[in-house]
Amino acid sequence: MPEHTFRLNGEQVTVDVDDDERLLWVLRDVLGVTGPKYGCGINVCKACTSHLNGRAVNPCAVPVKDLAPTDEITTIEGLAATVGADLHPMQRAWLDQDVAQCGYCQPGQIMAAVALVRRVAEEGREITEADLDGIRNICRCGTYPRIRAAIRAGAADM
Amino acid sequence: MSSDGTATPRDTAGGLHRPARPESGPPALGRRRFLGYVLAAPTLVAAAELAPAAPARAAGTSSAGAASSAGAAAGIPSLEITDLLDLNDAMTIAALPTSGLITVEVHTDGTVSFALPRAEVGQGITTSTAMLIAEEMGVPVDRVRVTLADARPELLFNQLTGGSNTTISTYTPVRVAAAVARLRLLRAAAAELDAPVGDLRLDAGVVTGPAGRRIGIGELSAKAAALRTEAESVELKASEEFTVVGRPHNRVDALDAVTGRKRFTMDLQVPNALPTMVCRPPTINGKVGSVANLDEVRAMPGVTDVVVISTGVAVRARTFGRCVDAVRALRVTWKPGTAEGKSDATVLKELRAAEIPIGLPPLTPHVEGEFTFHFRSNSALEPNCAIADVRPGRAEIWASLKSPIVAQETIAARLGLPVGAVTVHVTEGGGSFGRKLFFDAALEAAEVSRKTGKPVKLMWHRADDSRQGRTHPMARSRVRIAYAGNTVLGYRQRHTGVATDLGHGLGELLTATVAQLPVGDAAFSQVFFQLSQSMPYEFGVNSRLLNETDKGFNTGSMRNVFSPDVTCARELMVDRVAAKMGKDPYAFRRDLLRDDRARAALEAVAEAGNWGRAMPAGTAQGIALHTEYRSVNAVLVEIDCRPETVNRPVRDGVAGPRVTRAFTAVDVGLAVNPRGLEAQMMGCLMDGIALTLTSSLHLRDGHFLEASWDNYFYTRQWNTPPEVEVIVLPDTTGKPGGAGELGVAASMAAVACAYGRATGTMPTTFPVNHGTLSFEPKPTVPPVPASPTDGLDHVR
Repeated sequence: MPEHTFRLNGEQVTVDVDDDERLLWVLRDVLGVTGPKYGCGINVCKACTSHLNGRAVNPCAVPVKDLAPTDEITTIEGLAATVGADLHPMQRAWLDQDVAQCGYCQPGQIMAAVALVRRVAEEGREITEADLDGIRNICRCGTYPRIRAAIRAGAADM
Repeated sequence: MSSDGTATPRDTAGGLHRPARPESGPPALGRRRFLGYVLAAPTLVAAAELAPAAPARAAGTSSAGAASSAGAAAGIPSLEITDLLDLNDAMTIAALPTSGLITVEVHTDGTVSFALPRAEVGQGITTSTAMLIAEEMGVPVDRVRVTLADARPELLFNQLTGGSNTTISTYTPVRVAAAVARLRLLRAAAAELDAPVGDLRLDAGVVTGPAGRRIGIGELSAKAAALRTEAESVELKASEEFTVVGRPHNRVDALDAVTGRKRFTMDLQVPNALPTMVCRPPTINGKVGSVANLDEVRAMPGVTDVVVISTGVAVRARTFGRCVDAVRALRVTWKPGTAEGKSDATVLKELRAAEIPIGLPPLTPHVEGEFTFHFRSNSALEPNCAIADVRPGRAEIWASLKSPIVAQETIAARLGLPVGAVTVHVTEGGGSFGRKLFFDAALEAAEVSRKTGKPVKLMWHRADDSRQGRTHPMARSRVRIAYAGNTVLGYRQRHTGVATDLGHGLGELLTATVAQLPVGDAAFSQVFFQLSQSMPYEFGVNSRLLNETDKGFNTGSMRNVFSPDVTCARELMVDRVAAKMGKDPYAFRRDLLRDDRARAALEAVAEAGNWGRAMPAGTAQGIALHTEYRSVNAVLVEIDCRPETVNRPVRDGVAGPRVTRAFTAVDVGLAVNPRGLEAQMMGCLMDGIALTLTSSLHLRDGHFLEASWDNYFYTRQWNTPPEVEVIVLPDTTGKPGGAGELGVAASMAAVACAYGRATGTMPTTFPVNHGTLSFEPKPTVPPVPASPTDGLDHVR
């Protein structure tokens, strides 16, 4: 099997998997990085949301061969280290609002929230209700109002 | 039982008469004095009884036997209980010395641990249980570790997570065990400090003596232990002294959840338990005929095993990605399933035929309505999954299970193993909504592991979970309310549904066996229906009857079971009768409520939501009420049904009417953790919005069309009310009521009532968008969609 190399949470990793193995399974089944969750496998539920070079990506839809050796993948496990702290401000906001219920979608929600705040900041504006309405991550426990509140609070601290 | 599977109903007019609730738990010696135990152990292990005593057990056995012989007399083949659990198993289990006890352990590092015999699936019971222990013992909540107990067959039906019953049933036993621990720690400290117990304080995990001398509970643990098991009588804290219970607390697993450290079944690393998926039939419960290319698929990269099982063709591979490809490559000829050729329309016809007559119309004025509730999915975000390691003579299972004892006993029977040879670990669940009452994935995983001789980590694809997973049955409800002048004379409701599988019983195999018998099951669902429904209004003579038909579907309880549909139909007709009498929907309800708690909840939302305020055309308020689980919930919502809102663009989703403001008031008696309660009410609200407006399964030609979260429209952010307020009402009873499912019924009903008032047309089919298919159905062969390859095009 071919070797593939990319950066994962600050470290270079090399895996021996088929070219078309989706990144989600490289992370979960090969590398044992289980923060990104499976919820649909077709880039719909967004439970696996992670970052590719700081932007939201869904590993269930990315063949590993598409990654360059310099590409940086950040999963929830590596988020706090991007700000050199124990917790990222968005994770703190999540704790303050006690957002999680079952917790299954939460890594994806937080990664999506951080990417949203970064994108909005690049556009030089504040988070709007429309931005929050546009988040596609499913929470089957329905903790959506707390997610909205946490994103606003987390954004203020980012 | 007639040949079409419909059951004979039992009328229980009145509806409010309920059998006395069997009390279980520690023996009470006074109002707050109970008996607990200290178990023989090197460090302190305090215990209390959870399971009821022996007579209840005997009753369970005899009722199973009675139902069994009744079934035989009617000429229906009955299951032999001994096929599943023989007398020796039962006797061994009953004789276990610690039978029925739950234990609080104090460790030398000053932490306290407790294995909760329930499933945590997001409802927050590990947090509320840690709070109860912390309160009673005098230790910080963060020093209490609550884990989930393995299946414990000796607990019989006391290891079922359902009916919003966890806090109701464990509130006292957990506290008694904690109080015993506290007493023993204080006694040990008294000896150490040479001071009477009365002069000591146990606070924040430290005992402080008269001279200010302090000893931590970790240091006291061994000294407080017992050489042989002893009984202890303890007095529980008075609620006026509570400093933890009743105050908002964040979840104990929140840090793990936000850092990705929380471990769900599929995150566990069990050696050699490789990813496994099943190629499933194109119609509900179809069976494998033949497989044309077994060897070819076995040779695919990464694939280790391909075996035919009872539900399809299982594939075990290095990764789930390789499993998806192998499942898609299999060429299988399928035999018909249990719903061949059926569609929404044919099931609706079956339901009409099975409806119990509502009787001749009364001579007085009356209103009447008929409502249809389509199939809905109780899929959680975590799909059905389980790990199984079956070896000769033993098996080990890991799964999130709300009825782990039934799972253990059923798996043991299937594998031909004694119950004691099957270990069932209950893992943290990624949501349930009723789905985890059953153990479909655990059964499959055990079968695959046995057939391959290897451990497996089995997962259902989302498409499987949606199409072959359990559903909330399609139902119809017919309501008639008779009135004269300003008085309601009578209320009748005839609820007819596709059969709800309650085969998890009350969590224990003997009762589950009763539920599997055709006669026993019918009676069981009737009993369940009657026990779960009540009439909160002064509506004169009232009767509610359930009839069920068609057992060809994979069904189960969905959060709040029958109540959302039954309550929604009732509340819509309450609005209608109020209109006929020229009364305001809120004032009408308030005046006819039987109970002060319900009235207070209704008044709370009316005030918070400013009931009756002027609103633009196309928008309206709706208000509804539901009582269950010894609790009360009232909901007021405002909805926007104007075209510009309904037709707002949403990619691959349903916009539809938007609930813009929502107020939900809840009285559960004592709210152990108000913040957790708020979370549950919020989630219930989102469920109710989905049930009325967007979420359903479409049955066509023997299969459900929905195969993705972009087909099945559970509430999304664009459907979420921008303004939500949860009002936790003051404790009115001093005892906790149920909460996990409580809020769905009134939420669904309030949204329906608001929709009716905003559009001027009472909705009669749910969800209201069911008639419009808002997606392109995915193929059924292969059963799962290809994994996408365009992820990098959508990076944002």
